[in-house]
Amino acid sequence: MMTRRNLLAAALIAPLLLLVFVSFIVPLGATLYRAVEDAEISTILPKTTALLEQWNGEGVPSEQTYLSLMNELREAQEQQKAGPVLNRLNFEETGLRSMLLQGLRASGQFSGSYKQNLIALNPRWGDPHFWGLVKRSTGPWTPLYFLRSVDLKLGPNGAVVPTADEEAVFIKLFIRTFEISLVVTLICAVLAYPMAYTLSILPQAWTNIGIMLVLIPFWTSILVRTTAWFIILQREGPINALLLSLHLVEQPVTMIFTRFAVYLAMVHVLLPFAILPLYSVMKGIKPDYMRAAASLGAPGWRRFLRIYLPLSMPGVASGALMVFMLSVGFYITPALVGGSGDQMISYFIAFFTNTSVNWGIAAALAALLMGMTGILVAIAWLLVPGFRSGGVRV
Amino acid sequence: MGTASIPLSRQRPSTGRLLLYAVTGVLLVFLVAPIAVVFPLSLSAGELLVLPTPGYSWRWYADFFNSQRWLLATYNSFVVGILTTLIATTLGTLAAIGLYLGRFRGKALILALLSLPMVTPVIVTAIALYFSLSAVGLGSTLTGLVLAHTVLSVPYVLLTVLASLQAFDPNLLRAAASLGANPVQSFYRVVLPLITPAVATGALFAFATSFDELIVALFIASPDQFTLPRQMYAGIREFLSPTIAAAAVLIILLSVFLLMINEAIRKHAIRHILPPTDRMP
Repeated sequence: MMTRRNLLAAALIAPLLLLVFVSFIVPLGATLYRAVEDAEISTILPKTTALLEQWNGEGVPSEQTYLSLMNELREAQEQQKAGPVLNRLNFEETGLRSMLLQGLRASGQFSGSYKQNLIALNPRWGDPHFWGLVKRSTGPWTPLYFLRSVDLKLGPNGAVVPTADEEAVFIKLFIRTFEISLVVTLICAVLAYPMAYTLSILPQAWTNIGIMLVLIPFWTSILVRTTAWFIILQREGPINALLLSLHLVEQPVTMIFTRFAVYLAMVHVLLPFAILPLYSVMKGIKPDYMRAAASLGAPGWRRFLRIYLPLSMPGVASGALMVFMLSVGFYITPALVGGSGDQMISYFIAFFTNTSVNWGIAAALAALLMGMTGILVAIAWLLVPGFRSGGVRV
Repeated sequence: MGTASIPLSRQRPSTGRLLLYAVTGVLLVFLVAPIAVVFPLSLSAGELLVLPTPGYSWRWYADFFNSQRWLLATYNSFVVGILTTLIATTLGTLAAIGLYLGRFRGKALILALLSLPMVTPVIVTAIALYFSLSAVGLGSTLTGLVLAHTVLSVPYVLLTVLASLQAFDPNLLRAAASLGANPVQSFYRVVLPLITPAVATGALFAFATSFDELIVALFIASPDQFTLPRQMYAGIREFLSPTIAAAAVLIILLSVFLLMINEAIRKHAIRHILPPTDRMP
């Protein structure tokens, strides 16, 4: 009987589990694996990889290695496959792409030893450090992308060192993402608290209207709301028109593509996520407690601090965690209303996937973003009772 | 029950309370005004998105309904949304019933795995699906988009239905059995009517999730698969015409419509099914 019940249960769960496994878990795993995978050189330059395996790292490799690198690279270029190799080596050290391309162009006229010709062309070809970098890039794994995504890299002797200042952009990016998320979360919590409280004490008819006005933006798509702000905050937009007509300003104020616009639009998008859990917690706080405290002579502020605030804390915690978790992953809103200095991690994951193709970095940033969100979910799971209750639409 | 019934607030009509009402009113206006402002802008007779508008006309709605691209995007959005809703609701409801019935270890793990798409940042899901759907030849297809949206929206169905099953009183099944119903009958006659509101809410969430989804569409939709949000995003990036405001108004109206259906379902459930503690929106 027990087994039949479980068989039925398994049969009911299986289709969804299969779907989620095939079209989510596996793609996610494969993507995150790109953060440590190092297959470009070994796949596209297999002979060179094999030759470098025999090289002991002392001096420079054999003439055969030089020849093989040039031949395999030329072949790859003819098949339009050289890009990943050049990108990979250039990521190891900026400038290697042009050095390799220069060697490739010149190699048509080489007579005699490739080794001597290449070294004559650019002395770096004779630098064991260069060959060390190539050998290091033959995989199968590399810590480089994760290191780079926290502004570190591997030095010449394999030690972990900080990246050059002009390349050290990622720690700043993480700090900025946290800063924006934290500010948005604080503003949402501070605004949602009195609002949820008022909604919880109003006569039912008024509460219904108020909740409806919270639910309308909650159900309206994030893109539509961001678009609304995009229009409103334009130089010629309604707000500037209003300010000018009231003679509050002489010139239109620049609001679009600023941090202010990002905060404004993000708070607007996320405020309902803070109000709704707070309202539901506050609705459940019995007025009897406050009355009891009053009858014992506690003044208003004390009743609030000692009784109401602690009782409403679960609502604050679950609302704030929800807002923070969503903020950290925000992409569309900052991308549309923010300037170049207001973009968050998600923007750079998209950027490294599409624009400046570096899938290793994109995957490493994605893994770190997932890790941060995972920690937040774990905190929510442990701290906030009823966090798992569904019905929250992201 | 209003505040008037609480003795201590009767002592003085406090300025603090008035301040609370004022703050709440202002914030409610802040929440709704940006959405409301789009309505007059979409009815502008002029070419620019300015207020006050230089007169009113339906020209931007006409523009929307005469544009191949917007119509295709509307069509795509509905096709993807409806297919996503059907698949997500069916599979999500079945799995919720399975998780409710099953008596085995690892249920929490399965639930966590199935809810993972809900807590994963959408950009991460988007690039994962971008890589893998292109690898299997489903990049730039509506099928790929439906798969992606199904994965994103199925946790809402699953969790909503599971929550309603867990609120379900097993004594009802015993009662049905004692009255001679076999398990299949008691499922159709007892369980299904009780979880129907949750299934409907889940389906609405699934449709809304798919209909609003932009980030995955940014990565895996070519112009032929553009959905409404994707087309709107393209429009904002190229040229900010009032047609975008008209599209926004149409999407807002649909969202409000979905919200109204959801409220109707909720009210129905409160009246007929759920215990009073589950009255949250």
